[in-house]
Amino acid sequence: MATPAKKPGWRDIPIGGRIEEAGNAHKYHVGGWRIRRPVWVKENCIHCLFCWVFCPDSAVEVHDGKMHGFDYNHCKGCGICAQECPAKDKAIEMRPEDVENKFDN
Amino acid sequence: MTKRIALTGNEAMALVMKQINPDVVAAYPITPQTEIVQIFSQFVADGEIDTEFVTVESEHSAMSAVIGASAAGARAMTATSANGLALMWEVVYIAASCRLPIVMAVVNRALSGPINIHCDHSDAMGMRDSGWIQLFGENAQEAYDNALMAVRIAEHKDVMLPVAVNMDGFIISHAVENIEIVANEDVRDFVGEYNPERYLLDVQNPITVGPVDLQDFYFEHKRQQVEAMKKAKNVIQKIADEFVNLTGRKYSFFEEYYLDDAEIALVAMGSAAGTAKAAIDELREQGIKVGLLKLRVFRPFPAEEIVRALSHIKVVGVMDRAESFNTMGGPLFSDMRSAMYDGEANVRMINIIYGLGGRDITVTDIKNIIQKVKDVNNTGKIENLVIHYGVRE
Repeated sequence: MATPAKKPGWRDIPIGGRIEEAGNAHKYHVGGWRIRRPVWVKENCIHCLFCWVFCPDSAVEVHDGKMHGFDYNHCKGCGICAQECPAKDKAIEMRPEDVENKFDN
Repeated sequence: MTKRIALTGNEAMALVMKQINPDVVAAYPITPQTEIVQIFSQFVADGEIDTEFVTVESEHSAMSAVIGASAAGARAMTATSANGLALMWEVVYIAASCRLPIVMAVVNRALSGPINIHCDHSDAMGMRDSGWIQLFGENAQEAYDNALMAVRIAEHKDVMLPVAVNMDGFIISHAVENIEIVANEDVRDFVGEYNPERYLLDVQNPITVGPVDLQDFYFEHKRQQVEAMKKAKNVIQKIADEFVNLTGRKYSFFEEYYLDDAEIALVAMGSAAGTAKAAIDELREQGIKVGLLKLRVFRPFPAEEIVRALSHIKVVGVMDRAESFNTMGGPLFSDMRSAMYDGEANVRMINIIYGLGGRDITVTDIKNIIQKVKDVNNTGKIENLVIHYGVRE
């Protein structure tokens, strides 16, 4: 995990806590909050995309209508995806988080 | 063109709000403020102004509505008193921390309980640390003038903080006075258009207002608010200087009444300052060197200037119309003593807590209070640091 850059001081941030750049939540990595990690079991996946629909953090990666795994920078590990996965043999398993490996990189 | 008309404090406040013609006013009635929003609602109903008048179901909603309006980019105002202000409490902090230049008339009234609808400053002291600028007026004229200046102070780019315009409940709000009104066009020119830098309805430049602000940035935002308060002092003076050109009425952080050659002095806020002036007039005729510092700007607290103005005084009686229950005096007293602590002058101070729950304070009472200050000066002894004046033993 990369060391975050030094944060700006009070003179250099917008007043009132307002966020002046639209859509910048993407830059805020919350993977560090996770204590359980969803793991995609590719062979069980039926690509129904329920996980994608229910994920509150848009952390399920989908390309061309197919599930491709997780964006671990933005997954908080809530487990909704695993809960909602309708596949007979679950295609998402929640496993204990490896402290060293919370983010993508 | 100015004209003189007889108005109550509440009528004056409603009138100045009409002249300012804010984009949004949220209204909820509470004694003794009710008349302000009631009279203002008539102006809106009669089509005299085009303010969006939002009737809400509580003061918490009233403050929330003006916060929403102000964040959206509107000039927003409201008014309240006592328990209504207490109910706004939570959102009052949010208005300040979101840096929204809301102006609110606070018609000062005692906070329950036991239930009491009359004047003291316990409501204003409840919002003391919320980050609002707080102005106090001695009479309806000053409440009117303060409201006009408050709009400019709040919206100044160096400040961007909400302003509470305080006036004493009933004593000012319901008493008729002959006051000087600024012409509509002059009010319009003075307050101008409100053009916020960033606001929610600016769809070309979308922003988020009021996001979560945890350990990593909250402290920095509080520091910014302190800076805005510091800068507000310059802005308050600058706008007062413009105001004197418009009206001839001179304002600063406080008014000095016979302070120059005074040996002893009182410090007071609100309507009691007027009573104190009458008492001082009488005592001056008897050769007693007493003066008054009437505080207008309570937040930001003009400590440096106060120290300068009082440095030659021997004993100061600080008059508080609220208790703080710290057993060391009222809130104004704490600030005053804190300000004087580092001063090189050797000024002694006592605290007089008076008028709670609307208990009358007369010229004779003030003369008695001045006598107590004089006693300290004569004997050199402070027997009671805090005097609850007028309470039955």
